Amino acid sequence: MSTEFEIRGLTATIEGKEILKGIDLKINGGEIHAIMGPNGTGKSTLASTLMGHPKYEVTGGEVSLNGEDVLEMEVDERARAGLFLAMQYPSEITGVTNADFLRSAINARRGEGNEISLIKFVRQMEGKMKELEMNPEFMHRYLNEGFSGGEKKRNEILQMMMLEPKLVILDEIDSGLDIDALKIVAAGVNAMRAEDRGFLIITHYQRLLNYVKPDFVHVMMQGRIVKSGGPELAERLEAEGYDWVKEELGIVDETVGQA
Amino acid sequence: MSTPTTSFGREAAAAVSRSKNEPAWLVAWREEAGELASRLELPNPEKMPLARWTLDQYGTSRPGTPVSSTADLPAAIAGLLPEDTQGALIVQHNSSVIYTRLSNELKAQGVVLTSLEEAARTHEQLVRDHLMTEYKQDEHKLAAVHAALWNGGVFLYVPRNVDIEFPIQALLFADDAEATFMPHILIVADTNSRVSFVEQAASLLDGEGKELLHNSAVEIFAKAGAHVRYAAVHHMDAGVVDVAYRRAVLANDARVEWIVGDLHNGNTLTDTKSLLKGNGSTSDTKIISVGTGSQRMSLTTGAVHFGKSSESDMVTRAVMKEEATAIINGITKIEHGATKANGQQTERVLMLSPKARGDANPILLIDEDDVKAGHAASVGQVNAEQVYYLMSRGVSRKEAERLIIHGFLDPVVSEIPLAGLREQLHSILERKLG
Repeated sequence: MSTEFEIRGLTATIEGKEILKGIDLKINGGEIHAIMGPNGTGKSTLASTLMGHPKYEVTGGEVSLNGEDVLEMEVDERARAGLFLAMQYPSEITGVTNADFLRSAINARRGEGNEISLIKFVRQMEGKMKELEMNPEFMHRYLNEGFSGGEKKRNEILQMMMLEPKLVILDEIDSGLDIDALKIVAAGVNAMRAEDRGFLIITHYQRLLNYVKPDFVHVMMQGRIVKSGGPELAERLEAEGYDWVKEELGIVDETVGQA
Repeated sequence: MSTPTTSFGREAAAAVSRSKNEPAWLVAWREEAGELASRLELPNPEKMPLARWTLDQYGTSRPGTPVSSTADLPAAIAGLLPEDTQGALIVQHNSSVIYTRLSNELKAQGVVLTSLEEAARTHEQLVRDHLMTEYKQDEHKLAAVHAALWNGGVFLYVPRNVDIEFPIQALLFADDAEATFMPHILIVADTNSRVSFVEQAASLLDGEGKELLHNSAVEIFAKAGAHVRYAAVHHMDAGVVDVAYRRAVLANDARVEWIVGDLHNGNTLTDTKSLLKGNGSTSDTKIISVGTGSQRMSLTTGAVHFGKSSESDMVTRAVMKEEATAIINGITKIEHGATKANGQQTERVLMLSPKARGDANPILLIDEDDVKAGHAASVGQVNAEQVYYLMSRGVSRKEAERLIIHGFLDPVVSEIPLAGLREQLHSILERKLG
């Protein structure tokens, strides 16, 4: 079944402040959507809200993945339904090794009695780590503990590759990456492109989009998608910045919910 | 409640000592301790009044039955011994040592492993030179009682340059609430020797309301260049009060590692201290604890730096459930003259219930300018951000919390030098953490 992910009129608040002011977006399997925009316009809030971060409260709208109501689900149910968020700031967790964690996550999907064999798991993980040019010793390191910014990002992509989600959200996966790491991460994303998998890439910069070609580009300001287009929109934003969009739409302050 | 044994003193201590045919010096030494016990006050650990603890249940001497093989131990006790045991072993049952195993190879190298009672006769000078010279009998009432009544016990001597490959194990258990259960472990690691030692304290008290005092002590003397790794796991019944004073004295370039699971089910008072007397000596202390029910726990780690360029690191991690209370103290002291010393400490408490209590008290006492010292302490609940992160990969909330809680203790568990004991520790943790 081809993936259909749909957001309709989504609004959300943090600590009583409204950050998302009505988001509409439809992503089909095989499509890559990019959301661009300056800092503080609600991009990361959208990512966290879709995943179900407890700090954000949904106040209106609907989100569905293949007809299922995502907003009704707990965070882990969303993940098992096929949602994946590569986080901007992944947590560090002492005492839980990367391998143990990933195996728990894979087995949580497969269900009791259908656990992945240890040998198969290790072989898979080693293979994917090699693709991402990760040091094999990271397998047995505590989850993200003491990882550099770039290592954390690669580890997020590793998890994506191992978990094979249906809808992938990448929240500023390119920040803090040097050009070589960026290429590796991009190759990882491209390797995952598939007819039944949709992508939502959140980024400040065009840079990543040179390596991962989006089908659709959206600009977010003031907690809304204010402009949509094709890949040429990203190129124009890179060349000219955001001011022309603001001018065109009569926006003075593009941020949302700032004190 | 127990009947207070208020009459305890000089006469009683001497009588016990004589009944065991101990050498005259020890009888006199115990007599003095008995005298001190009758007049010294209880220790006064930070924010943990001991007045309502049952600390006067001294019991009477109830020697265990010697066994010729570990197969003759009660099944529940034999089950505590890791299957992969290859090294030496000594077992204390109630008031006496009932089993000792030491390979001929180690004996030939001059290694001594006996009950401390026996060592007081066979290795009198070594015992006299070290026994309770750092944990002194006049420190407080519990120390004096321990000095007067210690029984069974372990004496380990590792000669110069001897490197013992497999950890030496001590298993100390009680199944008689009337017994005096006060083991003393004395380790002398001579110049440039290497040894790992693993101690377990367990009990099998049948029935509710049985109370017992485990008033124990450990002293380690690491001579120049010696390395000693000491792992301990205490997990006795809720009716047992666990008192454990642990001391290590480090000569030049010596190293001592403490890896402790204070996982006892009753009230607990432990104090684990390294005295870094030698230049270049290093000490590493890792303690984990899990408090359940209405347990009261006072857990103190200490490092005292005398030697130049001496280094210490202390980490205590505790998980508190239900209505348990833990007061966790870390005391780093750097004496004048201990230049280039480095003392670090961390206390972390994870609270799993609104009624649980955990206090972390880091204390730095520095009398020298040219040093480094640092501390970190935190008391908190399971981090919601971490739970969210794990759940976002499909792991259930319950499993996410389980991973985080066990992970919190893993930095210590993974250091236990015996694979079998590590496994056992995991099962104790599963049981305590539920």
